[in-house]
Parts: sequence; C-alpha cells; structure tokens
Amino acid sequence: MSAVSPDTLRAFPHVSARRRNTDRAMRGVLALGTLLALIPLVLILYYLLHKGLGTWTGSLFTTDPSGAFFGNPGGIRSAIFGSLEIVGIATAIAVPIGIGVALYLTEYGGDSWFASLVRYFVDVMTGVPSIMFGLFIYIVLVISHVGGGFTAWKGSIALALLMLPIVARSAEVVLLLVPRELREAALALGAPRWRVVMRVVLPTALPGLLTGSLLAISRGMGETAPLLFTVSTAFTLTGSLGQQMNTLPVQIFSDITNPRTAVIDRAWGAALTLVALVLILNLIARAVSRRSRMA
Amino acid sequence: MIPPPTTTATESTRVSTTSGPSEQAQATPANGSRTRNGTGHSVRIEGLHAFYGPHHVIKGLDIEFPANEVTAIIGPSGSGKSTVVRCINRMHEEIPGARAEGSVMLDQLDVYAPGVDVTAVRRLIGMVFQKPNPFPTMSIFDNVAAGLRLTGNGSRDLRDRVQASLEAVGLWNEVKHRLGEPGVGLSGGQQQRLCIARTIAVEPEVILMDEPCSALDPIATLRIEELIDELKARYTIVIVTHNMQQAARVSDTTAFMLDGERVEHAPTTEIFTTPQDERTEHYVTGKFG
Amino acid sequence: MEASATTIAGGRSILERSPAARFPDRALKWGLTALAAAILLLIGYFFVRLIGQSQYTLSHSGLGFVFGNDWDVSRNIYRGAPLVVGTLITSAIALVIGVPVAVAAALFISELCPRRARGPLSILLDLLAAVPSVVYGLWGVFVLIPKLLPAEKWFASTFSFVPWVGGTVYGPNYFIAGLILAIMILPIVSAISREVIATVPPENKEAALALGATRWEMIRMAVLPYSRPGIIGGAMLGLGRALGETIAVVLVIGSAPTIGKSIFSQGYSLASVIANEFGEAANTQSHSSALFMAGLVLFILTLVVNVIARWFVSRGQHGRRGTGGTGIAIATPAGDAR
Repeated sequence: MSAVSPDTLRAFPHVSARRRNTDRAMRGVLALGTLLALIPLVLILYYLLHKGLGTWTGSLFTTDPSGAFFGNPGGIRSAIFGSLEIVGIATAIAVPIGIGVALYLTEYGGDSWFASLVRYFVDVMTGVPSIMFGLFIYIVLVISHVGGGFTAWKGSIALALLMLPIVARSAEVVLLLVPRELREAALALGAPRWRVVMRVVLPTALPGLLTGSLLAISRGMGETAPLLFTVSTAFTLTGSLGQQMNTLPVQIFSDITNPRTAVIDRAWGAALTLVALVLILNLIARAVSRRSRMA
Repeated sequence: MIPPPTTTATESTRVSTTSGPSEQAQATPANGSRTRNGTGHSVRIEGLHAFYGPHHVIKGLDIEFPANEVTAIIGPSGSGKSTVVRCINRMHEEIPGARAEGSVMLDQLDVYAPGVDVTAVRRLIGMVFQKPNPFPTMSIFDNVAAGLRLTGNGSRDLRDRVQASLEAVGLWNEVKHRLGEPGVGLSGGQQQRLCIARTIAVEPEVILMDEPCSALDPIATLRIEELIDELKARYTIVIVTHNMQQAARVSDTTAFMLDGERVEHAPTTEIFTTPQDERTEHYVTGKFG
Repeated sequence: MEASATTIAGGRSILERSPAARFPDRALKWGLTALAAAILLLIGYFFVRLIGQSQYTLSHSGLGFVFGNDWDVSRNIYRGAPLVVGTLITSAIALVIGVPVAVAAALFISELCPRRARGPLSILLDLLAAVPSVVYGLWGVFVLIPKLLPAEKWFASTFSFVPWVGGTVYGPNYFIAGLILAIMILPIVSAISREVIATVPPENKEAALALGATRWEMIRMAVLPYSRPGIIGGAMLGLGRALGETIAVVLVIGSAPTIGKSIFSQGYSLASVIANEFGEAANTQSHSSALFMAGLVLFILTLVVNVIARWFVSRGQHGRRGTGGTGIAIATPAGDAR
C-alpha cells in the first residue's frame, strides 16, 4: 500500500523547519558566492569589448605610438611586436631550463634531500611577486650597466625567471604521470637512462609539457612590473634586443595615466588585444591538454 | 556445521510475515509521533526498480524484512545486494545519475511517497558501511554525538545518550577515559563499533549493514556479530554479506539475490541446508560466486 | 680484474659500459643537477644583492624603516610605515572579501552544482587568473572607481560611526585596491580549496547523509572540518599574492605616503612605491636604497607567508600524495598574471 494520504505524511517525522530553512539558506549563500565570483570576469570582458573594440582599426595595429602631446597618438604596433619578441626569447630560455629542472626532479633526483629542497624552492618561487624578478635583474644587470642600460634582452631574462617555476612545476606533474612501467620497459631493453628520457619519457609527456609552456607564456605576456625595471619602453618599432623596446603591458600602463582621451581609448584597445592574446594561449593550452588525456 | 537459527514463530512457513502491521498502526497516535512500544518495525519492499543512469539493475523486487529479526542478503558481486539496501534508506539516489522507483514500506509509511523528506527517512533507517568511517576531525564523543547534534539535543541529554550508545556496542569501558581522543585513533574493529554507536545514538528503527565486517579481522568480526545478535532485540536489521558463514551465524532469514532479482528468501537454515532453487544451491555450495 | 671469458680489451667486463657510452648519462645527470642547484643559488644571490642595495637605508634607519611613519621624498626621509600599513590594509580587505567568496564558490562547484556545470564553472573562475594585472588596473581606474564612488560615499556617511569608515572618500583608495586584489586572488584560493575539498573521503560524506543530515549539514560536518587546513593554506597563498601585487594596486591606491584614516583614504603599498618612484629615485642614493629596502621587506614578507601557506596546504593533504612537494600543483592551470 503506498497510498499517499495527508495522514501518511503527517505521521512521518519531518526534519524541523529550522534545519530545512538553514539548508536552503546556506545553499543560496553558496550559489550567491559563486555568482559573485563570476561577475568580475563578465564585467571585465564586457568593458574590454565595449571600450576596446571600437579602437580596433587597422591603424591600431600598423602604426607605432607617437609619444607626442598633440596630434595622432598612434597605434600599438611596436608594443605587440616587442611583446612577442621579448616573450619569445624568454620562452626559449625558460622552457628548456624549466623542463630540465623537472627532469632532474623526476628522473635523477628522486627522494634525495637535495631534490626536495629544489622542489620546495621552485614551489616558493611561484609565489614570489613579479616585481621581485624585475628588481633582481635591475640590480644585477641594469644598474651595473652590463651590456647597456635598459635593454630588451634583460627583460627577457626577467620574464624567463618568472616563467621558469611555472614551467618546472607543471612539467614535473606531467612527467610524473608518465607510467613507471614505460620507463622500466625501456630500461629493461638495455637502453641507457638518457635515451629513455629523450626517446620515451619526453615524447610521452609532450602534450602536457606543451600545455604547461603555453600557460607560462600566457602569463609572461601579461606581466608589466618585470619589464618596467629592465626594458623600460620605447615608441618606435625596433627588433634590436640591445635597446629599450615597447611592450603591450608597459604601453597600457603608461597610457592609463595619460591625460588625453584618445590615448586612454588606445589603452582599452591595447588591453583588449593583450587579453585576446592571453585568452587564446590559454584556450589552446586547454585544448591541447584535453586532446591528450594520459590514461 | 551451520548452527540452527534462533527460534521464531515463523519457522513453519517459508517466508516470514511481519508481526502485525495493524497493531503497529494502532500504536501510532494520530498526531504523528511514533512511540517505541516494544513492537518492532518491519520493512517491505514492493516493486522496486533501481537504475544507474540507463542501467536497470533492480527489476521489480519484492521482499520483506521482518521486525526485530536479522535478515541477511547474500549473492555474488554485482547481484544488486548493496543497491537494494541503499534504496531502503534512499542513499542510492545520492549517486549521480542513480534513481529508484517503487515503494519501500517502513511499517505503514512509504519511504518513496512524494513529499517525504529523505533526511527524515535516514533518521529512522540507519546505515553501517563496509569501511569504518568515523569522522576524522571529531573525537570519539563527538562522533557518537554527531547525529544527535543535528537535532539540537541538550548537552546533559547528549552525554547520557552517548554513553548509552557506547555501552550498547560494548565500547564504553574501553573508551570512557578517552572520549576526547580522535575517533580514527581506534582499531578497525573499535572504529566499526563506534560507527554502530553513532548510528544507534539517533534511535533508528531499522539498521542496514553493508558488509560491515569485510574490512575487519576475525576477532573484531566475531564481536560485531555478537553485537548484531544483541541489537536485534531493539532494531530490525538487514545485513548484506558476501560471507556465507557469517550469514549463517548471524541471521534469522536469508535472501539470495542474483542479477538484481530475489531468487530465494527463507529461514537461514533452510537456505543453507535445503535450498529450493538450483541457483541458490549452486551459490551456497560454492559452485560460483 | 682477473682475465676471464667475460672480459674484453682493457680488462673491462662485457657487462660494463665504456666510459664513452656512460658520458651522455652522466653529462645529463650532472648538467641537470647543476641547473637545479643554480635555482637555489639564484634565490640566495638575489637576497644578498637586495640586502646590499638596501645597505644605506639599513644603516641609516634600520628597523625605523618599518615602524617609522614618515615617507617624504622632498625631505629625503624614508620611514616606510605607511607602505607597510597600506600593504597590510589592502591585503586584509582582499582576504575579507575574497576568501569567503572563493570558498563559497569552491563548495558550490564541488558539492552542490550539477556535475556537468563543474567543468565550465571551474574554467571560468580560473580564467580570472589569466587577466593581466595591468588590465585589472585599467578597469579599476576607469570603471570601478567612478562607478563605486557614489556607493562608497553613501556608505561612509551612513556608517561614519564605525571606525575607519567615516571621513573623506577618495576615488583611488585602500578599499578599491583591496577589492581588486580580492578579485585577483579568487582563482588561486578557490582552485586550492576545490582541490582540498575533493580529497574529503566520500565515505565520511555518506556517513553524514546516512545519519539524516541535510546537504548543508553534511558540508558542515564532513567537508569543512576536513578541508580547513588546506583552505587556510589556500587563503594564505592568496595573501602572498595580494601582498606583492604591484601594477593593479599602484593605479588605484592613490600613492599617498601617509597612513589613511579610513578604508576610503588614499594610501601606498610596498610594491607600488617601488614601481611609482624608482624612476625619480635612480640618482638619489638615499631614495633608491629606501626603495630597495621596501623590496627587501616585501620579499621577506611574501616568502614567510608563502612558506607558512605551503605548510598548511600540505597539512591539508591528509595522505593524498599527488605530485611531489606539497601534493598539489600550486601553479594554477591558468597561471597568475600580474
């Protein structure tokens, strides 16, 4: 008999209204919190598009900032190229070294105290404020005028130091996911360790390494503080690493405090460009990692 | 040798019937409170269907668990024993994508009736799990009190009830001087008894046990089996077990399940000595499982 | 080694590898070890150089730098209490606003929302970390400050009896900086909280539900107590992030070298003073040394907070060993642009 009469329900003990209301209220609070957490992203993207999209004309990307007080403020071409170049060099430094450190930790360091120490400090490095990397290079290379004052290559080194722990930590995670049996099978065939690493471990981990590197690159592209102290800025497009160079974040930073509305508009356009670049890198990274789920 | 089950009035019939649901209804006053008058509470499953997503694992199950008796459910892995039991206290639907249809009658009340609050159901039907799971951040005392605190009992009442529960499971003397220590600091067998204490502290009517001894050593297992024998005076107990000797030792009636269906349900001695169904016979003699 | 059937020229057993064959392996091993050691040395070297550059201020002001309240560039006096206080105030605001929201979101995503929504919601939250800090600054200056000013003024006048609320409301102020920092730390705090919450043993959650707990009661009984150390660790990592944030803060804090009287006053922070004044300080030793000193204080502060944070997070791991180190990949997937 499953007759549902009012008597049946009344006879069944109920959870007190207080508990039910608390449950509902707290669930609402948690949902609200999630909503609050998502609102900033929506707002930022909205304003970026609202204020930035309008400035996306051809001249934005094909002219350099003029730096003049009057007349056409110019575009952000030198900033885009500068960012690509400086971050590119930084990537070329940080990715191999970062993967190298990760390889040390997973293949050779094992459980030694030294490896634990390195791992710990690489971890700590991810928490170091980015301005510190700029300061470091400023002290060591800029003040002492090693190879010039502010130069693009010093900015690359600062960014590389910042990206290094990110690459290393994510690479370590990925390398650890390579099944031990794979390594052992190769070693059992008589291959020397370095070959196992080069021919078996690295290729297997490649997608994950790629993802980690892309995320580090997207991070590097967005950094301002390290560049302020090492590269400073410039207006015209230059490929020379031995001089000051313009970059997107620094361009935006200086534009924000400019009194001219046209310049501020350009800042929004540049910000939209930067965020677009960063988001694209992020999304590619996620796509790569999703494509290649290691079982 | 399989020891004979404890004597019950139902020995003469193959399937035991509940001892008077009509008396039970009279014992429930119209204002809705359920009194504890010594007569036990039975569970009757009617037409139960259970699904894991698209997989239909329990297909129209009817089975009855007599009041104040221990019913064992045995069967090979995948037969649906745990699923059935988890449908009784509506824990089955906590699994994402899982649902159940049909009715589970706790005396006269259908646990699956629309409008029924599942948290109230679980208060009345307690569960002991396979792996002892005391709350790791809580002390022994707090573990037992956990369920009681949900309904905001006064602290003096709380202390008494915690002590009563711990005494009932035979843990009181072992832990009374260290009630503040973490629950996870006890041995496996003690932890499971702690979990049983936690379950009975809220005074349920039925206790479901899903392979409660499979993670324990033989001595701890024996202690819990003794405990089950004591507990049935106050509760109706359903125990899922893959250990046939345990079913034989502990239960009054046994149900054998296969592929989501009840193959046979009879007093325990009969299941193990004179099973009616060939499949039951194959299982209990170890031909498969 | 005695000559036997298993030796070849040079007395080597056929089971040994020639030194030439062993070379790549040893080169790789020692090369990588050296690389790893270099990382450690780099950190130490940075410390040494930073202290060196701060020498002037250290010898002239010593601890007075941290506790003295007088930062005046024109008079060449550099006592950095306004910087320290400003850093702490903005970070505190960031924690008070950001941590509850982040933990609420983490709980919702892990325990309450439909499974299919989990992935997208997590990704959206993590995307906040991908936004560069200069973009946060831009948005803060031109959107947040003007839009919130009326509300702040109303709040300050309505609740002026509450300490640190009444008084003049400035556009750029501690509160706006703290609010932006709160948004910036949301991804890391919620990502770590989510990871920690995922390690709660499902059997404990089941036990709570089986006792007749409502969903919230189950979270309160089984999830939160277990996750607390890890969540605290996540919050501290967020704190470390907030302490060191430079660009977004310098644009919205007002760069006033004083200790403000209310949360709506202008202020300064350790990181932002460096970014703001290093240009003009380049030729004045007392000034530049003071800036390096600020950097040193900031560095030590963030290191200490980070170390404590990681200890908490590892304590919150309760036996789940995922990756090495702290057991969680602390570098959140989307990175943390500054």
